[in-house]
Amino acid sequence: MSEHTTNHHSAEEHPKGKKREMSRRQFLNYTLGGTGGFLIGIPLVWNLRFAIDPLLQPSASSNYVKTVEESTITSTPTSVKFTISQVDGWYYSEPKMEAWVARGADGQIYALSPTCKHLGCTVNWAPEGHSNEFFCPCHGARYTVDGKELAVASAPLDEYDVQVKDGYVYIGPLKANSRV
Amino acid sequence: MMNKLYNWIDERLDITPLWRDVADHEVPEHVNPAHHFSAFVYCFGGLTFFLVMIQVLSGVFLTMYYVPDIINAYTSVDYLQYKVQFGDIVRGMHHWGASLVIVMMFLHTLRVFFTGAYKAPREMNWVVGVLIFAVILGLGFTGYLLPWDNKALFATKVGIEIASSVPFIGDLIKEFLQGGDIVGAQTLTRFFALHVFILPAALLGLLAVHFIMIRRQGISGPL
Ligand code: HEM
Ligand code: FES
Repeated sequence: MSEHTTNHHSAEEHPKGKKREMSRRQFLNYTLGGTGGFLIGIPLVWNLRFAIDPLLQPSASSNYVKTVEESTITSTPTSVKFTISQVDGWYYSEPKMEAWVARGADGQIYALSPTCKHLGCTVNWAPEGHSNEFFCPCHGARYTVDGKELAVASAPLDEYDVQVKDGYVYIGPLKANSRV
Repeated sequence: MMNKLYNWIDERLDITPLWRDVADHEVPEHVNPAHHFSAFVYCFGGLTFFLVMIQVLSGVFLTMYYVPDIINAYTSVDYLQYKVQFGDIVRGMHHWGASLVIVMMFLHTLRVFFTGAYKAPREMNWVVGVLIFAVILGLGFTGYLLPWDNKALFATKVGIEIASSVPFIGDLIKEFLQGGDIVGAQTLTRFFALHVFILPAALLGLLAVHFIMIRRQGISGPL
C-alpha cells in the first residue's frame, strides 16, 4: 500500500490534538458497511412488518348467539353447540362452537368453555370412568361442575357470558371463570 | 470415458483441489469403527446429516402434491399417500425420518457430551450445535401441523400454549405463531413457510458453519 506512507507523513505533520482526518480505510468501511446495511435492512423492514401483521390487527368481537330453551337446562352440564361467524384472514366460516351449559345451585344459568386450561385440548363432561367431572383426554386434567381445576390444569375453565331472554339462553363472549 | 471427461474438465477448471479439500482428510484411529467397534458412536453426527438430507429430499418432493391450505391440505396428503405411486414410501421416509433425525441428533449430542468434545477449543461448535438442535425441533413442530388432521391440530394447539407460557411476551409469541386468534388458515400457511423455506435455509447455513469448524479444528482426541 503506497498510501500508507503518505498517511504516515501527514500524521506527523499534524501533531496530536489537531483534527484527525478519517483514514481511507475507515471511510470505505463506513460507506460500504452503511450501504450494505441499507441494502439488507430496508427490504427486511417491509418483510418483517408483513410477517407480524396479524399481531397488529384488532381482534374480533363476538355477539350473543341464541341457543337452547332455558327450561331444558338442569344442574348437569349439557353440551350446547352454537354457530359463530369467524374470520380467519381470507377464510370466512361459521364454525360450530361448544359450551357446557348448566344451572348452578343458585339457579343461575352458566356456560363453560370446553377449552382445557392446561394446554388447550377439549374437555368432556363425565366421560367413562370420570363421573361428575370434566375430563381432558390429552394429559388427564379434571374440573368440577363449576369448572374449578382438580388436577393437571392450573386455572379454572373459562366461562361464556350468558343472557337469558324470552326463555332462550344466549351465549356471548368468553371471560374468566366467575364461579370459583 | 468418465476419466476422460473428468480430465477434460479438470484441465480447464482445476477441480481436483476443490474436492480434495472436502473429501481428502485423515480419519484418526480412535474414531474408526474398523479399529475399535465402540467408535461407532462417532458416526452419529454423520448419520444425523444423512437423515437431514433424506428429509430435505423427501420434503422437496412432497411439495409437488402437498397444498398448504386448510380445505385441501388433508386431502392432498391423503391423495399423495394412497393414490400416487410410491407415495406411501416418500411420505413414510419423511414421517419416520423426522423422528429418527431427532433421535440421532440426540445420540450425537450425548456422544459429544460424554467424550467432552465441547471443551476448548470447540466451545463455539457446541453453541452452533445447540442452535441446530433448536432449528430441527422447530422443523419437527412446524411439519407436524401440515397434514391438518386432528392430531396435527391439537398437537399444535398444545405446542403453541407451551410457547405462550413464556413470561411477558408469551401472548405475542402465540399470536405470531398462529398468525391470528386461532390455529387456522393463517397458521397453516406460516408453518408451511417456516417448515419449507425459512428453517431449512437456517439449518443448511448452520450445518455449513458446523462442518467448516470441524474441518478447521479436527475431531477431538481419544479419551
Ligand atoms: C430435519 C428436517 C425436517 C424435519 C424434522 C421434518 C419434519 C416433518 C414432520 C414431522 C412432518 C409431518 C409428517 C407426517 O405427519 O406424516 C413433515 C411434513 C412435511 N414436510 Fe417436513 N421435515 C423436515 C424437512 C423438510 C423439508 C426440507 C421440506 C421441504 C423443502 C419439508 C416438507 C414437508 C412437507 C411438504 C410436509 C407435508 C406432507 C406430509 O405431512 O406428509 N420438510 N415434516
Ligand atoms: S391439554 Fe388438557 S390436560 Fe393437557
